[in-house]
Amino acid sequence: MKKKRKSVSYAKWGYIFILPFFVCFFIFSFIPLIDTIRYSFFEYYRSGIKEIGPNFIGLENYISLLKSDMLKYAGNTLILWVIGFVPQIVVALLLANWFTDIRLKIHGKQFFKVIIYLPNLIMASAFAMLFFAMFSTNGPINSILTSVGWIKEPIDFLGSVFGTRSLVGLMNFLMWFGNTTIMLMAAIMGISPDIFEACELDGCTSSKRFFYITLPLIRPILAYTLITSIIGGLQMFDVPQILTNGQGNPDRTSMTLIMFLNSHLKSRNYGMAGALSVYLFIVSAILCFFVYKMTNGDNGDHLKKVTKKGK
Amino acid sequence: MKKRIFAALMTTVTVAGLLSGCGGNNGNETDSAVEGKVINIYSWNDEFRTRLEAIYPEVEGSSEDGTITTLKDGTEIHWIINPNQDGVYQQKLDEALLNQADAAADDKVDIFLSETDYVFKYTDADADIAMPLKDLGIDPDTDLKDQYDFTKTTASDQNGVQRGSTWQCCPGLLVYRRDIAKDVFGTDDPETVGEKVKDWDTLKETAKELKEKGYFTFSSYADTFRLYGNSIDEPWVTEGETVVKVNQNIMNWISDSKEWLDAGYFNKTVKGQFNDDWNKAMSSSSSVFAFLLPAWGIDFTLKPNWDGDDGAWGVTNPPQEYNWGGSYIHAATGTDNIEHVKDIILSLTANKDNLLKISKDYLDFTNTVSGMQEVADNDEEFASDFLGGQNPYKYFAPVAENIKMAPLSSYDQGCVELIQNSFGDYFQGNIDFDRAKENFETAIRERYPDITEIQWPE
Repeated sequence: MKKKRKSVSYAKWGYIFILPFFVCFFIFSFIPLIDTIRYSFFEYYRSGIKEIGPNFIGLENYISLLKSDMLKYAGNTLILWVIGFVPQIVVALLLANWFTDIRLKIHGKQFFKVIIYLPNLIMASAFAMLFFAMFSTNGPINSILTSVGWIKEPIDFLGSVFGTRSLVGLMNFLMWFGNTTIMLMAAIMGISPDIFEACELDGCTSSKRFFYITLPLIRPILAYTLITSIIGGLQMFDVPQILTNGQGNPDRTSMTLIMFLNSHLKSRNYGMAGALSVYLFIVSAILCFFVYKMTNGDNGDHLKKVTKKGK
Repeated sequence: MKKRIFAALMTTVTVAGLLSGCGGNNGNETDSAVEGKVINIYSWNDEFRTRLEAIYPEVEGSSEDGTITTLKDGTEIHWIINPNQDGVYQQKLDEALLNQADAAADDKVDIFLSETDYVFKYTDADADIAMPLKDLGIDPDTDLKDQYDFTKTTASDQNGVQRGSTWQCCPGLLVYRRDIAKDVFGTDDPETVGEKVKDWDTLKETAKELKEKGYFTFSSYADTFRLYGNSIDEPWVTEGETVVKVNQNIMNWISDSKEWLDAGYFNKTVKGQFNDDWNKAMSSSSSVFAFLLPAWGIDFTLKPNWDGDDGAWGVTNPPQEYNWGGSYIHAATGTDNIEHVKDIILSLTANKDNLLKISKDYLDFTNTVSGMQEVADNDEEFASDFLGGQNPYKYFAPVAENIKMAPLSSYDQGCVELIQNSFGDYFQGNIDFDRAKENFETAIRERYPDITEIQWPE
């Protein structure tokens, strides 16, 4: 009896405890994933109430997607993402640096942290609805600008490419800079204070300290932010969808890849939508690989040495 | 230990409950030869429910949340309501209809509603989703002879077999601001104003007059679309073909809209309908002279958006007869409640007294030719305070009699929606004409993968 007890492996409990996740993942993520890839080789859609297919057509979906405006929409997505991401990362770095600076002694740090994170808690679609109402030609922003006397005619924000794209960028910036700030603050606070003290003793200015100490040391987190932001950016959907009523107006210049995907799903075109998803999957994989390589190569080792030295 | 016994007991009770639930269902399936106990009705709002509860004599009562209505013989009506926005209603309905053959008797769709924009998708003879009325025991030629002909045509498939019926009929009028009419024409008399807007050429002259005084004729190019779009002489897609044919009338709408917008006869800041800008254009601070609306439009959109006193609006004849909207009642193929469905359709769409009651209580223009003629002459009971004591039925009735429904196809909803969106950019001056055409072609191919070609008139 005692011998048997000894051979009981507690490791199996670990597997049992993580089993629910794997079962859920298998049923709700993995099978649909494989199905999506499978259907991308089929002609399968609905015309009215009639179902067409599935008929195997090989790579035809992929070829007709390449012939369509897909690359243009990829460009749109990229532009919209950059417009939102650049100010987001700059402002987040600046704020994170200020909030973690012991010498600045900012009051109410906790309060500001909550405030800047708040926009992220609002549903993206609700946020887009709000902007849609505020920036409409007869909306409050135009009324304010006219009554202050800055403009004579109401500006048609959503009627111009520049206006629509900047609004989408602005919304993405507002929604995500708080999140990024908090992540970067955590990264900066993870740096050993000894290093900061040492550099101050050496007479380092605060800009030098930022560029030569903080920035290199938070590189892994920066890379993480970049990766998640690229993946999030590729999937940009709700903000431009609601803001432009799903049309990507004007002239389809704010149509993102997922909005394109969504318009295929209106006719239940699983084949075409599947092919587009596979393209997106490949692009995300390549992007991730690059960013991962870029940050985890020689710099990674260098970083380890630095942290070791610091300790 | 006690806990354990209790737990075991609870489990048994739950399992027993589940099993008995299954048993119940199976039991019902066997009686499906007789009339089922549950009537499932799919709709996108409670418009049909309120009307049915108000006038259907068999109604006993309904549950508090409005999801179940009980009839006198114990049959329950289950309401399955999904919003129309973004095609949600059609998605859910399509899903249910595709599973119709395998569904248990009480889960089958018995009645569903459709709107004029997509009625053809469901009345299509090949799909055979909506039952021909004849199979229900309703003879359209005798039982529905008092209905307006165009509503019968709309609810018929390509072979002329009627597969649906409606209680309402949506002839549209021109609804105008009386104060603006007085300012510009010196009078707000509907006859005089009607003369000024009687056709497109006259209306253009009138628009110039309005413009000189600083008024817009209509709020946007979307307002006039129904008038052109409903008078196309060929369907968007001919049965059996995969070619979208853009009608000359649509091209006229495009060129006229561009001309009108550039001339300043439309309010440039209003883009489309049912949005904030459009609603504001109906308020007292706006300078839009008129809207083109059917009966429901006056009651549901204009009235709530108007912030001034009653009696500020008047109605008169539109420049062209048109129809906008209309909900059709269909019996779903495979229903297990044929007798009930037949009774409901007859009671709600063919009984003149019931229809007149709807007209009186809900200001619907109902589907009875003789009834509407009576109402048109009955100024005392049917005059509207909102319209300054005018009896709108007097103007609706002649429009309804002259409506010629455009030939329908299952692609109508997408074509109508996408052409307005694609050319919106062109009207606003963002893109040129050819680019708008290209955008329309792209959008149509996305929405309907089976479309192979888009033809434009020369």
